[in-house]
Amino acid sequence: MKNAFGAPQSLLVLGGTSEIGLATARRLIARRTRVVRLAGRPSPALERAAAGLRELGAEVHTVAFDALDPGSHEEVLGKVFAEGDTDMVLLAFGVHGDQIRDEEEPLGAVEVAQTNYTGAVCAGLVCAGALQAQGHGSLVVLSSAAGARARRADFIYGSSKAGLDAFAQGLGDALHGTGVHVMVVRPGAVRTRPARRGESPLVTTPGAVADAIVTGLRRRSETVWVPGPLRAVAAALRLVPRPLYRRLPVR
Amino acid sequence: MSVDTVSMTGWGRTAPTTALRFRPRTYEEAAVAVTGRGPRGVVARGLGRAHGDAAQNAGGSVVDMTGLDRVHAVDAVGGVVACDAGVSLHRLIEALLPLGWFLPVTPATRYVTVGGAIGSDLHGTGHRTAGSFTRHVRSLELLTADGSVRRVVPGTDLFDATAGGLGLTGVILSATLSLLPVTTSLMSVDTERAADLDAALAGLAAGGAAYESARIDLMARGRATGRAVLIRGEHVPVDALPARARRTALAFRPGKLPPVPAYVPEGLLGRAPAALLGELRFRGARAARAGRLQRISAFFHPLDALPGWNRLHGPGGFVQYQCAVGDGQEEVLHRIVQRLARRRCPAFHAVLQRLGAGGPGWLSFPVPGWSLSFGLPAGLPGLGRLLDLFDDETAAAGGRVCLAKDARMRPSAPAAMYPRLPDFRALRGELDPEGAFRSDLSRRLAL
Repeated sequence: MKNAFGAPQSLLVLGGTSEIGLATARRLIARRTRVVRLAGRPSPALERAAAGLRELGAEVHTVAFDALDPGSHEEVLGKVFAEGDTDMVLLAFGVHGDQIRDEEEPLGAVEVAQTNYTGAVCAGLVCAGALQAQGHGSLVVLSSAAGARARRADFIYGSSKAGLDAFAQGLGDALHGTGVHVMVVRPGAVRTRPARRGESPLVTTPGAVADAIVTGLRRRSETVWVPGPLRAVAAALRLVPRPLYRRLPVR
Repeated sequence: MSVDTVSMTGWGRTAPTTALRFRPRTYEEAAVAVTGRGPRGVVARGLGRAHGDAAQNAGGSVVDMTGLDRVHAVDAVGGVVACDAGVSLHRLIEALLPLGWFLPVTPATRYVTVGGAIGSDLHGTGHRTAGSFTRHVRSLELLTADGSVRRVVPGTDLFDATAGGLGLTGVILSATLSLLPVTTSLMSVDTERAADLDAALAGLAAGGAAYESARIDLMARGRATGRAVLIRGEHVPVDALPARARRTALAFRPGKLPPVPAYVPEGLLGRAPAALLGELRFRGARAARAGRLQRISAFFHPLDALPGWNRLHGPGGFVQYQCAVGDGQEEVLHRIVQRLARRRCPAFHAVLQRLGAGGPGWLSFPVPGWSLSFGLPAGLPGLGRLLDLFDDETAAAGGRVCLAKDARMRPSAPAAMYPRLPDFRALRGELDPEGAFRSDLSRRLAL
């Protein structure tokens, strides 16, 4: 169960090697989380991630899960939910793809779309159903600021996140009043290394995103932008005329 | 019996969960709701005044007992009442006070049901002399997991598990309570300022009155840390009233303000209002004032005059914390009060009081000594860790934290605070092996 501050006792991370997912798990383990399930393609990286969390004192399991195989989601996730309550699901998987290459090789673009959108829709719906049955829980969906308005530089990735974002918002409305809380997180450009001098203040780190998720859980927020000022920037960018927008520098 | 799916929270309005709500009007309907439960179990709910998640059951069934609200019999000579568990204390006072009887234990609100008062083993400011609510229960009827009804009397294991048992042993259907004779519905109230926490502790330790508590100003810092207003009350005998007032000596007419609007923005009760309120209360209480007459409702339940006051904390809700420590452990209270004052936590309704001998309830909260309670906005950054720290200090001093108010405790904490928890678990395992009676609280703390 979540406590009064929205801290879950059990966590399922879809995309178990995601930096943001693991940073969030670490912060939640420092609060109340005792059981963490990391779902992802079986790999040494997934086991390493699990071992890292185990050192923090949590009971960590790995679950073989493939976003690109929606047919298996019901079975794989059904088994996870049958093992006990899952207070929070963090939908953290996604691929960025390579815009230039994907424009030339459409199948690469399809894989981005299938992972970020199709896979997430399927996994999201399966989790939403299970959470609804248990009458409580949070579904945290990692969207992206890139989905707010498509940019020349990454519109394939951006469009997949735009679809996911719209899906998650709709799901949140559909689940309103069922005890399930859906939170859409829209980080700006996420860097895993420390920010360099002179870099845009809208660049963020996995740790900052994780902090924002924890705060959002406490406040039961529906939309979280990381960093916060990105909300205003995105709102302004939405109003920029297209001839001007396509000339904006890409950062 | 009406059935609907609703999202529910405790009085603190944190952690909403959804459950199927049954509203039985008869014992048979209540039994149907219990036997027809789903795999996620069932728990009884009264007026939803538990601050945390004690009367919620995510994805399961919740039996709303407020439809079972009949007063069966009143023995106006012996002072005994038999009533359904869904009857509110408000209703009981309304019915009994004109007959010259009052509830021996009155918590800070009268909008709780008799079942809820037993399940949480509530206590009032008169705990030192009167004990907690279940001390005055002569018998109760308990609906168990198989749908059968058992009559439970004090002195049995099942009674001790049910008293303060948070509804986890079954659904309390009805109860027989002993009453306290009074001749008026007025209280004689003495107020006195205490300049700091030591003065407040000394004032309460001196004792003497039937009802005693100290309203602490947790925003005061420096030398005034823990300053308080001591409030002592006694029932007024009818012959102490002037002749005119004797005609309506037993009248019960609580006043009511308009309810708090459904939406109040977050942060209305922040630091400045908390400090102002503390200042006003302290300055408003003249250094020593004796023998002021107050209506029972104004003395015991001042907040009941403002319906829906919990909404004042905004949509984020608030967290109520209550801990008890034994005599000689005043240092723990000092540390808690100092930390709250130093961090400028906007605490509301902070009350310090004496607790007398504990009751027989295995999970019942009161232990002889001191109790400190306060409410804080749930959105306060770092509050979770601060309260965990208070838990540790309380447990280390052999004290305990109230489960009925809890919304945030660590699952490992209750075992250190409640030595009879293993007995409680064993009895539940025997009585209810399938775990039919479950709540969000029992899941969260693995009770």
